[in-house]
Amino acid sequence: MIEPRHRQRAAASRGSPNGWLLGAPPAVFLLVFFLAPALLMVGASFQEPGEFGGLAPLLQDGRLNLSLESYRFFFGDRIYAEIFLRSFIVAAATTLICLMLAYPLALAIAQSAKRRRDLLVLLVILPFASNFLIRIYAWIVLLGPAGLLYTPGAVIAGMVYVHLPFMVLPLYANLEKHDPALLEAAQDLGAGRWTRFRRITLPLSLPGVWAGSALVFIPVLGMFAVPELLGGTRDMLIGNLIKEQFLDNRDWPLGASLSILLTVGVLLLAGLSAWSARPRRSVP
Amino acid sequence: MPLLEIRKVSRRFGDLKALDDVSLSIEAGEFFTLVGPSGCGKTTLLRMIAGFDEPDDGELLLDGRLLAGISPEKRPVHTVFQSYALFPHLSVAQNVAFPLEMAGVGRDERRRRLAEALALVALTDKAERYPNELSGGQKQRVALARSLIDQPRVLLLDEPLAALDAKLREQIQGELIALQRKIGITFVFVTHSQQEALALSQRIAVMNQGRIEQIGAPAEIYNYPKNRFVADFIGTINLLPVEVREAAADHLRLFASGLGDLVGPPAATARPGQHGVLALRPEQVGIVAGVPAQELGNHFQGRVRDYLYLGDVTVYKVALDNGVIVEALVANSLPGPTRFLERGDPVGIAWRRDAGVYLHD
Repeated sequence: MIEPRHRQRAAASRGSPNGWLLGAPPAVFLLVFFLAPALLMVGASFQEPGEFGGLAPLLQDGRLNLSLESYRFFFGDRIYAEIFLRSFIVAAATTLICLMLAYPLALAIAQSAKRRRDLLVLLVILPFASNFLIRIYAWIVLLGPAGLLYTPGAVIAGMVYVHLPFMVLPLYANLEKHDPALLEAAQDLGAGRWTRFRRITLPLSLPGVWAGSALVFIPVLGMFAVPELLGGTRDMLIGNLIKEQFLDNRDWPLGASLSILLTVGVLLLAGLSAWSARPRRSVP
Repeated sequence: MPLLEIRKVSRRFGDLKALDDVSLSIEAGEFFTLVGPSGCGKTTLLRMIAGFDEPDDGELLLDGRLLAGISPEKRPVHTVFQSYALFPHLSVAQNVAFPLEMAGVGRDERRRRLAEALALVALTDKAERYPNELSGGQKQRVALARSLIDQPRVLLLDEPLAALDAKLREQIQGELIALQRKIGITFVFVTHSQQEALALSQRIAVMNQGRIEQIGAPAEIYNYPKNRFVADFIGTINLLPVEVREAAADHLRLFASGLGDLVGPPAATARPGQHGVLALRPEQVGIVAGVPAQELGNHFQGRVRDYLYLGDVTVYKVALDNGVIVEALVANSLPGPTRFLERGDPVGIAWRRDAGVYLHD
């Protein structure tokens, strides 16, 4: 069998020095700014807190100063699990609400006249032009008089508001590429408006739905400013917890282990969703 | 009663008249082709039959019932789109069964008809494939099977062969004709290719600038074009400017300035003194040596301006004494390498007195 040409070319470039040269800068960047810090955090999570913040020296009195203390601490108190659970619920709710608001919006933009689309997309990202904290303070002004401030609802409203563009943009980028002939074909073959959406538009837009959901869900999990400004004392999320360890409690190892556990949780979820959305073949 | 009737249909897009008072009727079981240059209105008419567009004036009737206001999903008419518009996230089987699913056909019945439809286009072994795993010709057959599975009253085909390479196109033309004869569903085919129109259709409507120029069987359109547009658009043709000298019942006496008198076939509309053209197909013009046989009544001298060797035939462009260039087609039927006339060689050309069509200005 003759191999397709693009595969032959890929095989040829794999061993060539040019390929290495091109790949080197991003590889170095990721190594220095992603992998190394992540490994430092993993290391820190097994260390002891320093007396005045930071970390205790790794080598003390000739022996390695490592412990599982911060993990033991995390699993020893239900409050941490509750905060994790609450954070995942807030993130899931935010993602779902963003999706329900963003989908019709992205669809409307994608189906509007070509020359108007750029303007509409600009309007979606316009809020980024002003500072994020100022926009959250605006919500304090809005929600305060209505007596809705410092509630879980206020936190979710703020989260949705801040993250909506991150859902709209990938959805729009996906929907805008759909071939209108597919909808015409479906209509021609007997599909009504709702069926066309359910059988054609929605399944084809799933990559956009996943991308937008990841772009909302993951930052919301780590967000601490919104719950701090709009939430009450009982609305603490993982982000606040981690920030507290590093800045207030000066317990870096606990902060690091919380970060690691959050990352592991997100990766597990991502793996799970990728597994559940894997392509399957079936006969009609 | 015709299956599909189009009555005085007009459609404007701003200043552009996409369709201008178009009327035609299509019989059940026909292979009917709309042919014309791009922008002639053929696709607009097709979209109107499918229900994606409505006429400004006039009406469309299917089985004697008005189509106005019936949305595309409710019309017993399907379209094979130029891009095929296969659903990329559905397998071949799911694509083909889509219309049955929409119609709420039960599972067993669906399976049975799916198997039939896939067998019809010889794609049974590709049922589990996805569209991006298919070749152009296979995609085209999936699109056909999907549009035929629930037996529409009319199948509309919008330039479905345009994306295929020449060799495959020829093969699929043959398959399309055989398929249409086998299932007996009315095909309305749209193309800008006159060759495709002639090869496929039982009847052709030649369209230009939103109007129908001529409707007829391929041989009728080819041999008796009604006007210069049809003559020029369908096939290649020589247009020799002439003046009518005498219009008899069985022939015309014509005069071509710079050449002299010649005889043409009779034409009902011709009047003495009228100016027009004698339209001659290249294959009707012969290259002759010496004095031609008696029945080749029209005989002139010229020089070879250029020639085009096409393998089966050679097309000679001959400049006549009055400057008009006439194409003559010579079949390369003799064995061995063909001896060409060279550029600049003097030649005689001749054609039968009853050949061609007189078209007045």
